[in-house]
Amino acid sequence: MHKSSFRLVAAAAAIALAVTGCSSGSDSANTDKEFEIFTWWASGGEAAGLQGMIDVYTGQNPETEFINAAVAGGAGVNAKAVLQSRLDANEPPDSFQAHAGMELDGYVRGGQLEDLTSLYASEGWDKIFPADLIKTLTVDGKIYSVPVNIHRANVLWWNPATATKAGVTMAPATLDEFFADLEKFKKAGVTGLALAGKGDWAIAHLLDWMLLASMGADKFEGLYNGSTSWTGPEVAAGIKNFQKALSYGNKGAGNLDWPDAGKLVTSGKAGFFIMGDWASAQWQSDGLKLGTDYTFAAAPGTVGIYQWLSDSFTLPVGAPHRNAAIAWLKVCGSQAGQDAFNPKKGSISARTDADLALYDDYLKSASADWSKDRLVGSTVHGVNGNNAHMAAYSAAVGKYFSGGFKDNAGFAKDLAAAYEAGKA
Amino acid sequence: MGCVSKSVKNSRPLSSRIGGLLFVLPSIITVVIFVYGLIIWSVNVSLTNQNSGSKKAIEYVGLKNYTDLIVDERFTHSLLNLVKFTVVFIIGALITGFIMALLLEKGIKGEGFFRSFYLYPMAISFIAMGTVFNWILNSARDEEAGGLNLALQKIGLGFLQNDWYVGEKGAMYAMALPAIWQTSGYVLALFLAGFRGIPDDLREAARVDGASESQIYRHVLFPQLTPTILTILIILGHISMKAFDLIIGINGKSYITQVVAVYMWEATFDSRNYAKGTAIAIVLLLMIAIVVVPYLRYNNKQQAYR
Repeated sequence: MHKSSFRLVAAAAAIALAVTGCSSGSDSANTDKEFEIFTWWASGGEAAGLQGMIDVYTGQNPETEFINAAVAGGAGVNAKAVLQSRLDANEPPDSFQAHAGMELDGYVRGGQLEDLTSLYASEGWDKIFPADLIKTLTVDGKIYSVPVNIHRANVLWWNPATATKAGVTMAPATLDEFFADLEKFKKAGVTGLALAGKGDWAIAHLLDWMLLASMGADKFEGLYNGSTSWTGPEVAAGIKNFQKALSYGNKGAGNLDWPDAGKLVTSGKAGFFIMGDWASAQWQSDGLKLGTDYTFAAAPGTVGIYQWLSDSFTLPVGAPHRNAAIAWLKVCGSQAGQDAFNPKKGSISARTDADLALYDDYLKSASADWSKDRLVGSTVHGVNGNNAHMAAYSAAVGKYFSGGFKDNAGFAKDLAAAYEAGKA
Repeated sequence: MGCVSKSVKNSRPLSSRIGGLLFVLPSIITVVIFVYGLIIWSVNVSLTNQNSGSKKAIEYVGLKNYTDLIVDERFTHSLLNLVKFTVVFIIGALITGFIMALLLEKGIKGEGFFRSFYLYPMAISFIAMGTVFNWILNSARDEEAGGLNLALQKIGLGFLQNDWYVGEKGAMYAMALPAIWQTSGYVLALFLAGFRGIPDDLREAARVDGASESQIYRHVLFPQLTPTILTILIILGHISMKAFDLIIGINGKSYITQVVAVYMWEATFDSRNYAKGTAIAIVLLLMIAIVVVPYLRYNNKQQAYR
């Protein structure tokens, strides 16, 4: 098995060489002997997906030694601190992983990233990535990163057996239907909504969806460009809905991380779960089956809206192997690179021309939505606000939630202050 | 002795004195650079507006970061949490450690075994313990209960079931439980050493004077323990103020149980607001210094008398 997989890789590399040999010869930019990337994909499907992309890269750039400086830790909590110290010491890696969007704000404002706009034009990405995505990635006319995947944040998950028991026959499309279904679950003696309070972010994730569902995409985007007020009636209404949803939550949510809360749903102890689509990847690796053990729909009130987040790679200013890095970014944005990475990671390709045969049923459906839905960024996962904003946003939610979700006016004020913290 | 050492000192060649200096020099240099040098560096950063590249020009803003902290609701929240934690932790550990010491003090059989038995939790890292107590202090109750809530039910104390570290009011008190559990053995050892340090003559003299056992404890032994209690207060106090790993291990960075060190981490590495992060760090350093420095001076004086 080991041998044959090695042979397979070798064969793939040879074919890739034969196919692309000509073109990579003609731009002949990459003569670097080494190339170092910095990521926090160190295990599981993420690491496997990354390896797929690395194989594509080494196939095209056989002369370059690939160095993967992975620092383990969910969502890069440890990696980001290490990375920051390297950037501050002017010893950047050749490329590093970061959430696409405003999370890059600090690096951009600090002049630590190179402008990649010309790469978008030369590789045709400006046409093959959705226009909404390009719009969000562009800061003052420039783009600073290449998205390798897309996750969806606004997904509703439930267990078909539990739903049948409670008399919930179809996915709620609106908030009203959602609340009616929560009531049905309650009557059937099942917790309506699975909540995970540990570390505050999963509750913040729920709020992010609820604000979007309550005020619609335009007003929601207005929150982050200053045209919608955080202390205005839209947010107040959103918080009220949020409060109502939380009241259907499980007890002891503060002890739970999101996989624990997810288990409440798959084991039939809770009805609905709002979580990003990494939940599907997690459950499949746990051996659960889509359709029988769990199923999904766009989160209520946001049908036709795709709230996304994306991991992306960048080109730091002063990268020691710049040409090798550009070759890497080309792989990241290419169809072959994205299709090697995403089916294993459990996310979809950011490109609109992915080879869907490689993806599972959930990802196929998500890809279809990706090409036609209105795209809106996720706040909790780095698209809408920078690091300072996210930290304060999450703490505001933690305060409200652990305080028994009573003080709506104070909560709105804290959220407004979080937005201001991001601008400072 | 003094005479001998004097003559040795005088006859010691210069090279050996330099040799001695060379031996300690590496540690002096590293301490100067990595402790005092970095403290000065941090103070310097805390007086600027350095904020991870969000503003290009770094300039001095005086004490603004410190005055901002006073009105920062997040900071006062974490400070209040720390105070709650510290008070319950220190009092709890003092009382449990003292009671255990009292039980062992009489010189029961197998005292050595019990001493190491109770001291053993000290060997566990806070972060490992946090992971375990995260489960033990689960807030689920009744049929769903696990951990401590289940144990309470089993021994018929079900009414004591609690939300522990997710309860709005009691979160920080619950956080102190594992800390008490871990350090009370250490407090026991310190108290035991304190008891052992009291000469037997005193007890015997008191007995001769007709004092009862309880009177001996109250009027003879306990007053002698004051320096021990002071030592324990200082040691536990500074451990408590630096609390970080235990909190992170149990409840991550959740708002409800944030203490000063956790907020410092968030400001520095999540928000990347270095100026604010270092300002919090310096405040924490000063708080600990206020506790520790007078004690060190007192101790040095005691040593000088000896």
